[in-house]
Amino acid sequence: MILASKSSFFALATCLCVVLVAPPSATAKTLRVITTLTDLAALTHEVGGDKVDVEALAKGYQDPHFVDPKPSFLLKLRHADLLISVGLDLEIGWLPPLITQSGNGNIQPASQGFLDASQFAEILEIPQGAVTRAEGDVHPLGNPHYWLDPDNARRIAKGIATKLADMDPADRAYFQQREQDFEKRLAEADKKWQAQMAPYRGRKIVTYHRSWPNFAKHFGLDVIGYIEPRPGIPPTPSHTIELVNLMKRENTKIELIEPYFDAKTPESIASMTGGKVVVMMPSVGGKPEITDYFKLFDYDIEILTQAFQQTR
Amino acid sequence: MRPSQMLFAFMVVLTCAAAAQQTANVPATGSNTDVSALEQKIRDLEDRLVMLEGQVRQLKAQKTSMPSEDTASPPTPSSTAVTPAQLTMPQEAGRTTASAGDNVRLGGAGGAAAKALNPDISVIGDFIAGAGHNPLNPTPAFQMHESEVGLQAIVDPYARADFFISFGETGVNVEEGFITFTALPSGFVAKAGKMRAAFGKVNTFHNHVMPWVDRPLVSQNLVGGEDGINDAGFSVEHIIPAPGKWFLDFTGQAFRGDSADVYTSSNKNDLSVVGHLRGYRDLTDDSNLDLGVSYSRGHNLFGGDFITNLYGVDATYRWKPLRRSIYKSFVARSEFIWRQQNQPSLLTCQSITCPVDTAAGFQRAFGFYASGDFQFARRWFVGGRVDRSDRAFNSHLNDKGGSVVLTYWPSEFAQIRGQYRFTRYADRINAHEAFIQLQFALGAHGAHPF
Repeated sequence: MILASKSSFFALATCLCVVLVAPPSATAKTLRVITTLTDLAALTHEVGGDKVDVEALAKGYQDPHFVDPKPSFLLKLRHADLLISVGLDLEIGWLPPLITQSGNGNIQPASQGFLDASQFAEILEIPQGAVTRAEGDVHPLGNPHYWLDPDNARRIAKGIATKLADMDPADRAYFQQREQDFEKRLAEADKKWQAQMAPYRGRKIVTYHRSWPNFAKHFGLDVIGYIEPRPGIPPTPSHTIELVNLMKRENTKIELIEPYFDAKTPESIASMTGGKVVVMMPSVGGKPEITDYFKLFDYDIEILTQAFQQTR
Repeated sequence: MRPSQMLFAFMVVLTCAAAAQQTANVPATGSNTDVSALEQKIRDLEDRLVMLEGQVRQLKAQKTSMPSEDTASPPTPSSTAVTPAQLTMPQEAGRTTASAGDNVRLGGAGGAAAKALNPDISVIGDFIAGAGHNPLNPTPAFQMHESEVGLQAIVDPYARADFFISFGETGVNVEEGFITFTALPSGFVAKAGKMRAAFGKVNTFHNHVMPWVDRPLVSQNLVGGEDGINDAGFSVEHIIPAPGKWFLDFTGQAFRGDSADVYTSSNKNDLSVVGHLRGYRDLTDDSNLDLGVSYSRGHNLFGGDFITNLYGVDATYRWKPLRRSIYKSFVARSEFIWRQQNQPSLLTCQSITCPVDTAAGFQRAFGFYASGDFQFARRWFVGGRVDRSDRAFNSHLNDKGGSVVLTYWPSEFAQIRGQYRFTRYADRINAHEAFIQLQFALGAHGAHPF
């Protein structure tokens, strides 16, 4: 009996050692990548092609600040080789418990399979000095909506390609080639977008949330105000009146809002200022036809230029 | 060289390089190909600059996490230790070390930089005002019901730890304090420490995440009230492969065996155990179903020979249209709990203090609650709850009740709640009560429970 339990103990110990010591296979493989947002998934797909299996947790039409950490996400996370997040505390309300509960050691913060995409991107609105919540739901590390700038998309794609190559060295050339191809196509598309937006450079706009600084910077738009009085605080009557006066003074007509915000206040502002509410998609998948990063900008720029023409 | 100097140097070099390129190339030709080549070069330079900025951000974060003593500069008045979100600290600390210049670095902890390794700190205040008459379970007119301090951080590459210290009106209690091993092989997640047991739903909830001011009658009568089954021990959790789109997850826990009026450990072997099986499924993108069965067993206050068994079933239905997720949602939840326990056939309540109305012999008590909460605007929730429960120590006595609740969130970090509660106690006493609750959170932005 003692012998039997001893031998079974050794068997168990051996199994455990094999599990722990087994080296990761270096052959070409399909990497399982989970991203928090659809935009990162789209960029990963651009560079990863069919060598990666990529899926996003949040939907493109959903507010990325408020995603429920559903257990069904754990099923996706527990076998992931790589988790790519936006970072800068955008997902702080829902991603940390998912990572903890996933039981997946690969994707824990600071592990090889955890990638914070913000390190590759140009980050705007990094607060200087003390930060308090008197300013609303501020992001102390800077504005996390940085993916809405094609220049950042290029940089993120490059970063993701490097990461994928590190994790799957056999396909390094493949990732690099796809990344260069994406860069080329993006440069061409950007030329087209810039040409479409050229007549409206320097135009003043208002946005609902501080989601569009990178977009505005890239296309030379001037964001003069926000429909939210503070980030994350819904519109108040007094702030709305101030904003209406500001828009009238500055002759501003365009209000950019995301599909997940209530359009009631923006519409009433539009009726007071003779302006127009433009529901722009902040993410890939915001509409069924927006299936990749290019279509996202095609869509947004199309409706934005139309709105500019109508409010001339 | 310090990161800021390094960044500056790089920027100068890059700008000079870009300027040199421009002056050299543009006047020479001006053909399209040259212009696009130039654009490409500038873009590359920009990318390298952004990459360097990113590296500097990371360097700063790393630098602050290195032990250093900053003797020259006094603590910055703006960077108070607790009030600003913990997340601001790497920046604050980075600035302080940068201004210290090339002072001699001494080893050991301390200094502003050490703050970068502080855990995320949060404080949640829970203030309750009560009106109405309840002779059986009286509540004061005003109470600072709880001040919960949360300290959470990653311990090392293999684990994280969470502490919730609850300051009540009369004392301090480690509500939870446990380590979670996140990098175990084969997808196991293990915890050790003091924790709320995974028995059903309400037992796992902290006060501030409940949709009501109080806990349901069934929790009060059968599962230890506010403290619930909350004990020192360990927990192992594993996701079980399941067919279709089901998520199945099993949690097994073993505790010392001391939990409020549920379990009492009169010797070292009187452990209590908890098992919970959770089944979850997305019905659509907007709705889901969350089911659970729980079992728990331990020794009760009458001594090591007297066993209490708890069985529970819980069901939650959630609806949240993703396109309007910040404005509309609905949660329906119910828990059924059975408590069976041995009690002495002849009560000897002189030697042990029995709860009031204790009956002799085996007791089978049952209770449940059913609740619904509807969010009808971004900051407004309305809800209701139906309660019914036998008493654990005398299952012939039966309490019933109901509540309506209205909640308003001025922001994500504060909430005001009003609740009207009616209770008909087994002793034929009716209690009508009204509560106003104020909850407010400071510090690190904790994740929302699901």
